[in-house]
Amino acid sequence: MNPGLTVATAGRVLRQVRTDHRTIALIIVVPCVLLGLLAWIYNGTPVFDRIGPALLGVFPMVVMFIVTSVATLRERQSGTLERLLTTPMGKGDFMLGYAVAFGLLAIVQAVVATGFAVWVCDLDIAGPLWLLVVVAVVDAVLGTALGLLASGFARTEFQAVQFMPAFILPQFLLCGLLIPREQLPPVLEWVSNLLPLSYAVDAMKEITRNADPFAEVARDLGIVTGFIVAALALASLTLSRRSP
Amino acid sequence: MMNNYDGPAVAISGLQVVRGRRDVIPGLDLEIPAGEVVGLLGPSGSGKSTLMRCMVGVQVVQGGTVTVLGHPAGSPALRREVGYVTQSPSVYADLTVRDNVAYFARAVGLRGAELREAVDRTLVEVDLVSHADQLIRDLSGGQESRVSLAAALVGRPTLLVLDEPTVGLDPVLRRDLWELFAHLAEVGHSLVVSSHVMDEATRCDRLVLLRDGDVLADLTPAELLARTGAVDADAAFLALIDAETTGRRRAS
Repeated sequence: MNPGLTVATAGRVLRQVRTDHRTIALIIVVPCVLLGLLAWIYNGTPVFDRIGPALLGVFPMVVMFIVTSVATLRERQSGTLERLLTTPMGKGDFMLGYAVAFGLLAIVQAVVATGFAVWVCDLDIAGPLWLLVVVAVVDAVLGTALGLLASGFARTEFQAVQFMPAFILPQFLLCGLLIPREQLPPVLEWVSNLLPLSYAVDAMKEITRNADPFAEVARDLGIVTGFIVAALALASLTLSRRSP
Repeated sequence: MMNNYDGPAVAISGLQVVRGRRDVIPGLDLEIPAGEVVGLLGPSGSGKSTLMRCMVGVQVVQGGTVTVLGHPAGSPALRREVGYVTQSPSVYADLTVRDNVAYFARAVGLRGAELREAVDRTLVEVDLVSHADQLIRDLSGGQESRVSLAAALVGRPTLLVLDEPTVGLDPVLRRDLWELFAHLAEVGHSLVVSSHVMDEATRCDRLVLLRDGDVLADLTPAELLARTGAVDADAAFLALIDAETTGRRRAS
């Protein structure tokens, strides 16, 4: 791996996104609209304070998953990936480049969405705000890593988009957003313990209710990072230089 | 970037490739000399693209060896030495011409002033200076394939493997590109260029005619014309194919 090649790839991915104003607007605006909608629905109840932070962790993962899996599939289909792998560019440089680019984009998304939730929707949290942004960025990188992995199994863009409900919705249902994980039936609780989004949402919830959440959050982020490394390692197996 | 290796650019022996249960290349031996423009000709489906994919090391092969500049095809030592242009343009549609070329230049390690000079030089070579800041998706097909070519030229690899680089280009631009190829060969680069436009054959130093994954002939353009007694490359190629088909019928 070579830092120069990783940075070159991250820069290239961000330049591509920059030419697509509508995608940038969707990435930044949609989470705010949805948070605003939820705050309005649960107006006058404590529910928004419970699920708002969890959603701040879910959005970056879902968005980056879709964007990455479609972008990587396009690289495979257009031949740019095959061509890059004939140059000194390594698989690691390629994947980390994507992770860095979408991680940076996630910082912008997380700062805007967190600010909107706190100052416009009156989200009340006990822990530090900046930690919400850190968790959101790690979630975005998780989405990118899972997207890189999923794209290896997609042959068409239709399939790539269908992987979103297949990979992400079960995690969404079991992550503790709908009901706390410890109240799930035992088998489902056990399954939810194996899914990365559960730990991302645990971290967000901890920041909501605990003024000093660092130890818990560090543990949860450690687990999410483990999933990221595993997903990237598996994804690198789907990026082969040679094809039949 | 120039390699000081003094053997053949590419040496292939006993190469076998199966794609989708079909023997695309049943057992091929070939040597590509260094410092020449070698034309790879043959009808559609004769295995030109597959053979080129073997040279750059992106094709899964069932048997045989492909040695490029003294190393096994596709090995890490060759990543800066071999440039590859696929038949359909492989560039980023949502980047400008300059950003595309610069990214592939960075991929082979160019940085700073060296990078800018290489990109500027390459844009002149493919005649896209006036379009440098346009997005690829706003270009014509011919312009897009020139960007794809530029992305390989920018790193000045020792061996250039170009799959039909002149398809869809106008005669003036085709002539300029063939002059560029000849110039690159003069200064020591090796080029393998596939084409199905036979009048381009005369611009090559050497011709390899493929048919059904076998080498039908490996000779100079002058030898091709002399051997077949034909007046142009088109007729010569047809004469060779006809002779071979009759030969096969007699044998069976």
